[in-house]
Amino acid sequence: MTKFNFELTKEIELLRLVTVGSVDDGKSTLIGRLLVDTKGAFEDQLMAVRKKKGTVKVSSAAEIDLAMLTDGLSAEREQGITIDVAYRYFATPKRKFIMADCPGHEQYTRNMVTGSSTANAAIILIDARHGVLAQTKRHTHILGLLGIPHLIVAVNKMDLVDHDQATYEKIREEMKEYCAKQGVRDLICIPMSALTGDMVSVRGDNMDWYKGDTLLETLESMSVLDDLDEKPFRMPVQLLNRPQTADLPDYRGFMGTIASGTVKVGDELVVKPSGKISTVKEIVTFDGNLQEAFAPQSITIILNDEIDISRGDMLMHVGQEDSDSKFLTANVCWIGDEPLETRKKYLIKHAASEVKAMVSEVNFKTDIHTLAQDEADELAMNEIGRVTFKLQQPLNYDKYADNRTTGSFIVIDSFTNNTVGAGMIV
Amino acid sequence: MSEHKLTQLKALEAESIHIIREVVAEFRNPVMLYSVGKDSSVLVHLARKAFYPAPFPFSLLHVDTGYKFKEMYDFRDAFCEEIGADLIVRKNEDAINKGMNPKEFGVARCCQALKTTGLLDALEEGGYDAAFGGARRDEEHSRAKERVFSMRDEFGQWDPKNQRPELWNIYNGRIHDGESVRVFPISNWTEMDIWSYIREEKIEIVPLYFAKERPMIERGNMLIPYYEENKDQLLEGEVPKMIMSRFRTLGCSPCTGAVRSDATNMDEIVIEAAAARRSERETRIIDHGSNSMEDKKKEGYF
Repeated sequence: MTKFNFELTKEIELLRLVTVGSVDDGKSTLIGRLLVDTKGAFEDQLMAVRKKKGTVKVSSAAEIDLAMLTDGLSAEREQGITIDVAYRYFATPKRKFIMADCPGHEQYTRNMVTGSSTANAAIILIDARHGVLAQTKRHTHILGLLGIPHLIVAVNKMDLVDHDQATYEKIREEMKEYCAKQGVRDLICIPMSALTGDMVSVRGDNMDWYKGDTLLETLESMSVLDDLDEKPFRMPVQLLNRPQTADLPDYRGFMGTIASGTVKVGDELVVKPSGKISTVKEIVTFDGNLQEAFAPQSITIILNDEIDISRGDMLMHVGQEDSDSKFLTANVCWIGDEPLETRKKYLIKHAASEVKAMVSEVNFKTDIHTLAQDEADELAMNEIGRVTFKLQQPLNYDKYADNRTTGSFIVIDSFTNNTVGAGMIV
Repeated sequence: MSEHKLTQLKALEAESIHIIREVVAEFRNPVMLYSVGKDSSVLVHLARKAFYPAPFPFSLLHVDTGYKFKEMYDFRDAFCEEIGADLIVRKNEDAINKGMNPKEFGVARCCQALKTTGLLDALEEGGYDAAFGGARRDEEHSRAKERVFSMRDEFGQWDPKNQRPELWNIYNGRIHDGESVRVFPISNWTEMDIWSYIREEKIEIVPLYFAKERPMIERGNMLIPYYEENKDQLLEGEVPKMIMSRFRTLGCSPCTGAVRSDATNMDEIVIEAAAARRSERETRIIDHGSNSMEDKKKEGYF
């Protein structure tokens, strides 16, 4: 048995990835290819999707139907389309990847938003024969709004356009221009064929004109560092821990997941919205008390003063406070069946708070082709725009560009209880 | 910078604790499904971490088919006693009294009666509005599509075509009377993560996970554990043999196979999991055949 290095496994980094594309652009084949090439698929799963039944061994990717490996539910097979996000897991010696595999159909954009919201990087698939489609633009715009740090454009099916460099360059230029308009920082384009495997994990012999990294090299080398710990400290209080047992009669701990920044014992904290101030007495975890904690740890904080704190309150450092306002303006991706309308009332869930909200104004609706800002007083399903809400109680929030956790919210229809909108505060 | 970085296991742990706390904050009467297996051991460990130093504020519910391995019952009782957990055990007594078993009635019907109906009845009886489960998305293709908060209608059924959008780590726990949610805090963990975490955190698991010489029946490429009292399960020509083996996953004894293995401690198990070329659920008869996990999940199976 080869020597296994347990220490090295601690260095493995987590990268959350999302894959989007239009219908039939070869996404399932690409994901199947990544799973096979990184050994993310098990033999019994490969055996189930081999092309020739009766073969007893699978020795190469050519013998299996790659797209079948990520085959969905029977409910989806009936319709021949992917409805919902599937999560796939694969790893290289350096990284573990959680990949949200999203549906391509426009009517399932809500599921694409679900899969993308937590991603650090996105792969946008484009069929080289068809170029940039309306759905490509919609997805790219949503990924831009969601602030996905790295976008990778995978120009797939290059084998079907004779590996033509000009075809690739034309798509690359168009995507570069579209992304520049909305301020996407990191865009990487890669020509590939998921079916033959060229430029996925191996270079192949067909596209020597492309000098960049393969897809897998790109995924393994892109930065996963965030600057969450350098941002102001924010901890939404999820729960108050008051065991009131014989051995812990007066224990009052505030439980939460640190959204950003760091906190130390002795730090002076302000509780929003009350504005009351106290200092950190203890940072409690099951593994022992900490002197310092940082995002995204889940901890319990004990303060030196007995002040009134409840679920939804936000802890932060004095002098590094956020906005608290009865108004909130955000980019909204509308995913409800019924349109968002001016003056309509909803619930907004933000961090650990839930408040009533009314649409006071639709500032504009975005034309996804031109990115023009059109006048509107409603947003229909799958439309994107900027909306101002009036809140029943003030919320403490940051801008989404500064903080993905305290700058995001969901809109809930209080009659159906459904999640109908995704908001990114500007 | 580097001193402010979590290992990927610690990042998964923080995410799971966040989810468990959200449920306790938002639901009236949550319960944690406890199946005695390794994923349950991890789930309970996370629940203890989430509320430390207080005990976790919900019960453990074991839907018992009566067909679990003896070692599992012994472990369950000792473990719950040791950590002071409130354990509720429920069985579909009606089906058990009728002699439900996989051999005569078929695996699908047996699972339906003892697991799905048993679970739905127990959830209804307890009036639980949220039930934690230890399912992972890497296990199987219908579980790969599952939300962290998975809505169930009044009949406990899952509608995969119409799942609620789930954005960032903001979970919408609003439900109508009669509806409930199944919550999967370890959705994003892989089998490798589970074993590595059990090793790192020194979490107790059922001894059947460790390799030992055990009496086994070889059937096709399955290893089926042999017990003296189940002699009648032997097919013609089968002779039990002592085989060095262990379980990668634990279910009901008639329907769970073992694998040949020399892994007798956690280090060796992690190394074996890293090298595994076949999926753990291969040894679970329940996943195969026409009645798939997807169908069972729609009916209310966890």
